[in-house]
Formats: sequence, C-alpha cells, structure tokens
Amino acid sequence: MGPVAFVLIAGVAVGSALGLVFKRNPIHGALFLVVNLGSVAALYLTLGAQFLAAAQVIVYAGAIMVLFVFAIMVLIPGKEETGPDPRRAYRVLALPVGAVLLALLVAVVAAGARGRAPAATAAPDGVEAIARLLFTDYLFPFELTSVLLLAAMVGVILLSRRREG
Amino acid sequence: MAPESWYLALSAVVFCIGVVGVIVRRNPLVIFMSIELMLNAANLAFVAFGHRLGTADGQAVVFFVMAVAAAEVAVGLAIIVAIFRLRRRLSVDDLSLMRW
Repeated sequence: MGPVAFVLIAGVAVGSALGLVFKRNPIHGALFLVVNLGSVAALYLTLGAQFLAAAQVIVYAGAIMVLFVFAIMVLIPGKEETGPDPRRAYRVLALPVGAVLLALLVAVVAAGARGRAPAATAAPDGVEAIARLLFTDYLFPFELTSVLLLAAMVGVILLSRRREG
Repeated sequence: MAPESWYLALSAVVFCIGVVGVIVRRNPLVIFMSIELMLNAANLAFVAFGHRLGTADGQAVVFFVMAVAAAEVAVGLAIIVAIFRLRRRLSVDDLSLMRW
C-alpha cells in the first residue's frame, strides 16, 4: 500500500465527512457517513487491523447505520431545517472555531512527526494479536462490555415503552 | 506505506469536520451522526498509534469504543424518538429547558 492509496482513501473520507455536515437532507448525510465509515475501514486494512476493518463494516456501517436510517425515516418525512435559522450569528462562529481547532491539532501532529519517534517494531498484524490481547490483558473490560450492552438494551426498552395508565 | 503522521492528520481533519457539524446543524439526528464521525476519527488515531508502537493495544481500545458507541447510539436514538413523541418537532433549539 503506497502513499497514493492513502491519499485516495483520505480524499474519500474527507469528502464524505463534508457531505455529511453540509448536505441538508439527513438521509444523504447518513449515506455519506456510510461512505466515510467504509473508507476508514479501508484505512484500518492498510494499518494491518483486519479484525477492526471487518467489525467496522459489520457493526458501524451495518448495524448502527441501519438504526440511524430507520430513525430518520420514522421521524423526518422529507423535510427538515427549513425556515430561517433563529441563531444564525452563533452558527457562523462554528467555522472559525473549527479552523482554530484544526490548526492546533495539525500543529501538534506536525510537532510529533518532527520529534524523535520510538523505533518502529514489527507491528503484530492480523486477528491473532488482538484476540490474544482481548482475552488476556483486557479480559475484564471485555466482560464489562456485555453488561454495558445489556444495560443499554434494558434502557432502550424502558425508554420506548408506551406509558400505560 | 504512508507514515503514521498522515493518518493522524487525517484523523484531525475528520474530527474538526465533526465538531463543525455538531455546532452548525439543528437536527439532533445529524448532530448525532457528526458525533459518530468524531468517534471514528479518534478510532483512526488509536489504530495509527498502535501501529506505530507495534502493539495491538490500540486495536483493543478501538474494539471497546465500538461497543460503547453501539450502546450509545441505541440509547440516544431512543431518547430522540421519545422527545419527538412528546413534542412533534425535531430541532435542538426547542430543547432549551435546562439552558443556563
């Protein structure tokens, strides 16, 4: 994987992120987000994280985005954010805020790239490394995620239940 | 192989786009999707750092972030649907009850 592939995928990622933020229709935004998640999955592959690339496609682009599209379809039948913006003055400030934050982050990254990095050891690629880690060092957090997901499930059922009586 | 700092720069760019999205948009669903964008950018930075250090720890952290994000999306969308049921409108400007 050369730098050319990285630049191509990065262009897709940035373009789809901009599409999500600046397209008015939320369904278009959701589709742009799917493209963005897919391009990040491709970047995971270039970094040797095959398991995460697959999990990204299945969990994010699959399950989570289906939830989003479903919610958009149920809640917004075709129209949204119409009419004048009551707080336009505040929202215009978002662009300078974003630009300053970006400048700070890029400065940090550039400073880090100039500094002396630790010698890159051979990265443990593939599924085996992360599987070994998840079931040894991170076993307790791994089990905790099951409790978290159960709690989320119970909470969602409680939230979406109709009030009776 | 592109250097890791490129991945970090891309992660910073996508994160900032997500921040702008959260501030600019009025639809809570789109704000929510922008938050997912920011989470995703952070994940990319984690994987790039892990690759640089030659360990899989970054990947393990990203795995947990994904699990938490899934739970968060389920609860958050349920809350948005509940608000919509109560108010019949969907704009964050209407939800100013707890505003300082």
